[in-house]
Amino acid sequence: MSVALTTVVGELPPDEVAETSGPRQPRRVLVTRVIVATVLVVLFMFPIYWMLRTAVSTTDEMSNLPVPLWPQEWHWENFTQPWQDYPFARWLTNSVVIATASVILTVAINLGAGYAFAKLRFPFRNLLFLLIISTLMVPVQVIMIPQFQIVIDLHMLNTPWAVVIPRLAEAFGLFMARQFFLGVPDELLEAARVDGAGHFRTFWSIVLPLSRPLIAALVIFTFMWRWNEFVWPLIVLTDSDSYTLPVGLQFLVQQFGSNFGPLLAMSFVSMIPMLLVFGVFQRYFVEGIARTGIK
Amino acid sequence: MTLTALTPDRSGTAPRRTRRGGRPARVGARAESWAGLVLASPALVVFVIFMFVPLVLTFWYSLHSYRGFGSMKWIGFTNFTDIAKDPTFWSALLNTVLFTAVSVPIGVVLGLGAAVLLDKIMPARGLYRALFYVPVVISGVAAGIIFLRLFDPLLGILNQLLVALHLPEVDWQGNGSAALVSIIVVTTWQGVGFGMVVYLAGLQGIPRELLEAASVDGATGWVQFRRITWPLLRPTTFFFVVYSIIVSFQVFDVVYVLTRGGPGTSTTFLVQYAYDQGFNQRRQGYAAAIGVIIYLIVLIFTVAQWRLTRERDET
Repeated sequence: MSVALTTVVGELPPDEVAETSGPRQPRRVLVTRVIVATVLVVLFMFPIYWMLRTAVSTTDEMSNLPVPLWPQEWHWENFTQPWQDYPFARWLTNSVVIATASVILTVAINLGAGYAFAKLRFPFRNLLFLLIISTLMVPVQVIMIPQFQIVIDLHMLNTPWAVVIPRLAEAFGLFMARQFFLGVPDELLEAARVDGAGHFRTFWSIVLPLSRPLIAALVIFTFMWRWNEFVWPLIVLTDSDSYTLPVGLQFLVQQFGSNFGPLLAMSFVSMIPMLLVFGVFQRYFVEGIARTGIK
Repeated sequence: MTLTALTPDRSGTAPRRTRRGGRPARVGARAESWAGLVLASPALVVFVIFMFVPLVLTFWYSLHSYRGFGSMKWIGFTNFTDIAKDPTFWSALLNTVLFTAVSVPIGVVLGLGAAVLLDKIMPARGLYRALFYVPVVISGVAAGIIFLRLFDPLLGILNQLLVALHLPEVDWQGNGSAALVSIIVVTTWQGVGFGMVVYLAGLQGIPRELLEAASVDGATGWVQFRRITWPLLRPTTFFFVVYSIIVSFQVFDVVYVLTRGGPGTSTTFLVQYAYDQGFNQRRQGYAAAIGVIIYLIVLIFTVAQWRLTRERDET
């Protein structure tokens, strides 16, 4: 996978591979950079390594100081036992359901609204957009108290919908979609209209097929945020069967105490889907940020 | 580089063909309005119900005494005057400001450092970039657990390292300053990759000719950086600093896992305090009032960003 990673990230801003900023570097500088970067990356990745190291060891082995850097024995039961002792499978299912539903609904809503705000004139359009964008940075803690009441009133508490639906009101995706559609040339849309296509038809058959990079970025960011989200699920998922993985892990912290083996094994399991998505779609993580936040 | 999110984009509207010479009813204008409203309506509905209504209600709740059930009682600004006298609130505010003041500059230095290091061609550059970015995609809870293990007072490798170096062990959970440091370490670890990406994009905007000319004139790498790169990155830095400030006012997950706001209240930030008051103490009116204060603080930085980017765009 590392080779694939390299090529994908290597492409990051597309013009960059051929063009490096600044003059040619002397060999000595290049060697220094490689050494410094390697040292830093090793340091940086050490916590991840230590998680895996701990996950395959017994508490006894990890308590005998000093702990060897490489495992002496491999204990895989840390990866299997918690599935039997805790509703871990349930939490995984909940996380998958929530992330999937969120991705589908967020993409659908933001494609439509992003296009409308970019290309169609309707009453109060600019005012509405400004209002929505002004919520871009509002922390969930600001609105959590009333939002919690609304979730109760709608009888969504302890269901996946309690996480999915309120978080659809996230300005980032709408903003990203609008920015993307602003880049679609008006001539293209005019041409479709001249050919007799209505607005919905134009959107569906002309605009959407062009939107694959946007859809990819929306899918990836929404997946990452919903998969990793903690505080809101912690508030609205109070029944242990309804937990998502982060809420469940936090529960396991109290259960396991300093029995770190199974705790870190399960933390790693919870990260695998996200790491896979990152490995495959790499480029979009970086481009998504470059395209929206910064210009 | 601009935080375009906050700049209402006027050029974005379809060509203003309809508004020329008075306001003739454009052919199909009604159909266009209709289509726009239909496509935007699902977003508008969720924003009204789950963002605008809760925002207004937060202000409303903050003027009441409310325990999450039963009836609300109007108490005017009592919550706010109570907050002004609440030592825990002030310590939470101070902790938040301290955390921000320390972690934001570190984030700038490390993010920019990683970007400069990995900007030009080098072997496996993409892999290095990807590895720096990995912590960004990990959940705050998982990151907290990973470091819980490293910082463990008895079994953690950090204290073992200190012992091996004949330094005194640190009680990462019992000592307030040490606990705050441990949180800064984790959030920094999770943030460097994002800073790197932001600064890599910023470095792309620096004209290559400028650096080449400086190089021909005999400017060393450091002088080039001080005189050309750093000044030209000012917009990038500005965006990143404001963004980081706003984000660091919202740090919750890592704290919840690593220290639970303790020992005492030494790592309790504003958002933890609001959560605790609202959902543990069930003082929801009071929590809403803290929410109002967080909102106003974030608003100040958002508006500052907005105004400055607009000024720059107009000049």
